[in-house]
Amino acid sequence: MSAVPGDEPVIEARGLRKEFVVRVPAGRFRRTRRRVTAVDGIDLTVRRGEMVGYIGPNGAGKSTTLKMLTGVLMPSSGEVRVCGLPPVARRTQLALRIGVVFGQRSQLWWDLPLRDSFALLRHIYRVPAAAHAARLRRCRELLDLDDFLDVPVRQLSLGQRMRGELTAALLHGPEVLFLDEPTIGLDVVSKQAVRAFLAELGRSGETTLLLTTHDLADIERLCHRLVVIDHGRVVHDGSIGALHARYGSRRLVVAELDEPLTTPPVLAGAPLLRTEADGRRLVFACESATASAVVARLAGLVALRDIAVVEPDIEDVVARIYRNAASEGGADPAQGCSITRTAKVPGASASYRWGTSPGNVT
Amino acid sequence: MADRLGVLPAYWALLRGQARSQVSYRTSFLVDLVGNVGATVFDVATVLVLFRLTRTLGGFPRAEAMVMVGLSAAAFATADLAVGNIERLRQYVRTGLLDAVLVRPLGALPQLLLMDLPLRKASRALFGVAVLVAAVLTAGIDWTPARVGLVVLAPVCGVVFFASIFVTTAALSFWWIDSGEVGSAFTYGGRDFTTYPVTVYSGWFRAVFAYVLGFGFVAYYPALALLGRADPLGLPVWAGWAAPAVALPAVLVAALAWRVGVRHYRSTGS
Repeated sequence: MSAVPGDEPVIEARGLRKEFVVRVPAGRFRRTRRRVTAVDGIDLTVRRGEMVGYIGPNGAGKSTTLKMLTGVLMPSSGEVRVCGLPPVARRTQLALRIGVVFGQRSQLWWDLPLRDSFALLRHIYRVPAAAHAARLRRCRELLDLDDFLDVPVRQLSLGQRMRGELTAALLHGPEVLFLDEPTIGLDVVSKQAVRAFLAELGRSGETTLLLTTHDLADIERLCHRLVVIDHGRVVHDGSIGALHARYGSRRLVVAELDEPLTTPPVLAGAPLLRTEADGRRLVFACESATASAVVARLAGLVALRDIAVVEPDIEDVVARIYRNAASEGGADPAQGCSITRTAKVPGASASYRWGTSPGNVT
Repeated sequence: MADRLGVLPAYWALLRGQARSQVSYRTSFLVDLVGNVGATVFDVATVLVLFRLTRTLGGFPRAEAMVMVGLSAAAFATADLAVGNIERLRQYVRTGLLDAVLVRPLGALPQLLLMDLPLRKASRALFGVAVLVAAVLTAGIDWTPARVGLVVLAPVCGVVFFASIFVTTAALSFWWIDSGEVGSAFTYGGRDFTTYPVTVYSGWFRAVFAYVLGFGFVAYYPALALLGRADPLGLPVWAGWAAPAVALPAVLVAALAWRVGVRHYRSTGS
């Protein structure tokens, strides 16, 4: 390991485990104790400036991990260091160096305007007035807070409140920002505002970001690195590209034809996945052939009205990981890009990107 | 130490935030402020009504019994104002407030107390102190410097004692979710116990509450020392000064219960 600042781990967890004891009724009066493992040996290293998406189905252990990293919960076993500190033992020192946004629980004063909450937080975090003012000014610009800065928090919309929460978590200039479901329940405009803000925050490379989400569009927009957990274990840790490669997701070429074809063309390296719209729309999957090669060959064979290249759908891949993990089976690349939604991804929005590059169409 | 003092403005900010929040509902706050006196007025009125039926209570005439009532009311109402809302710990856990305060650079207990300080109970504490002042002025106390000291020290120790009981019983709910009723037996039961002269109770009940748990040293023994009366139960005069010796262990027990309780919460997360 070199000593480059960017290489310094900000979050380091080894064999992190958390067990809960739950009491379940057994018979009329007796209750038996049962051990439930929420987090089952997680290894995680996050370096300064990284933006990491931490995802998994409900009950996979995402929030529990976050609570252990922020010092709220004590791990059952394993090693954790955040900013070089053990989170529970040095909770108050660590709190000065991290920012936390738990989607469901507020850091703001319900009955006070945001302006007052921010002023109180300055004292709680002992932030010098000038630094506080500078950070607040930046957040006001980027998050458009000015319209509702003087409205009591209880009267704010969810989107406005979330923008307030983000500001509250950043006013003391944290090195790491932990976000638990930052876009849950937000409308499209607010989601975009929050994502754009976080992207901007990540660009500077000073703040490390770890976010859990059910909305995979958050991840596609923000995170280069994706950690997928299921049943308390890490099932994937890597880039989104690596995820697609590993699970065999393919780009699709969707061709709209002028006239329906009775015998569709056969292209090497790109099997026909399905025919839609009475044969007017053909969907090919790019296996060994590149998208541009498929487009070029199609253009030579048939009269095209329109053509589109569809990026592999991350949500689909993740849904398959969850299913595979649940059935304890390996990944099955032959499944391809079946368009499925799973109940395990509530609140997920369709995240297709219809990208047609004009250069490919002749 | 410098770091410890450095957090004082932070706690002050929490207190200001709470004050501003409550005053933001101006009318409701004033109504609550007035309405809240009720409970304490009722406690005191109960004793006054009793004296319409009897000339002495446990061997004490009204003027002397009222000193005990005043000490008890002032101490309990002030403790209730300062830490009484910790009874809502279960709500703090459910709403996530406990998690929210654990990610801030301050102690969890002072934050919870300051963020939910029931300022509308201030009227009760004021009424309790007023009863105490009126009682000691009309009881015909032979004032000496030591007694002037005691009339301040005793209620302060009483506040600390009751506050410790509030925190200890609240901390129990980290283990037993439904410990609320058991806790009330000690907090509100203890308050009722201290309102009357210890001599009205008897047997194991008196032994446990007055001496084992220490409630006898909150109002009864300090009142005896102020009035210059010998204890019918035979304890020497210095028992009236034993309040700090009872308050200190109570604080230690409360601090321990809270620490262990929070650790238990953090290891169970429930």
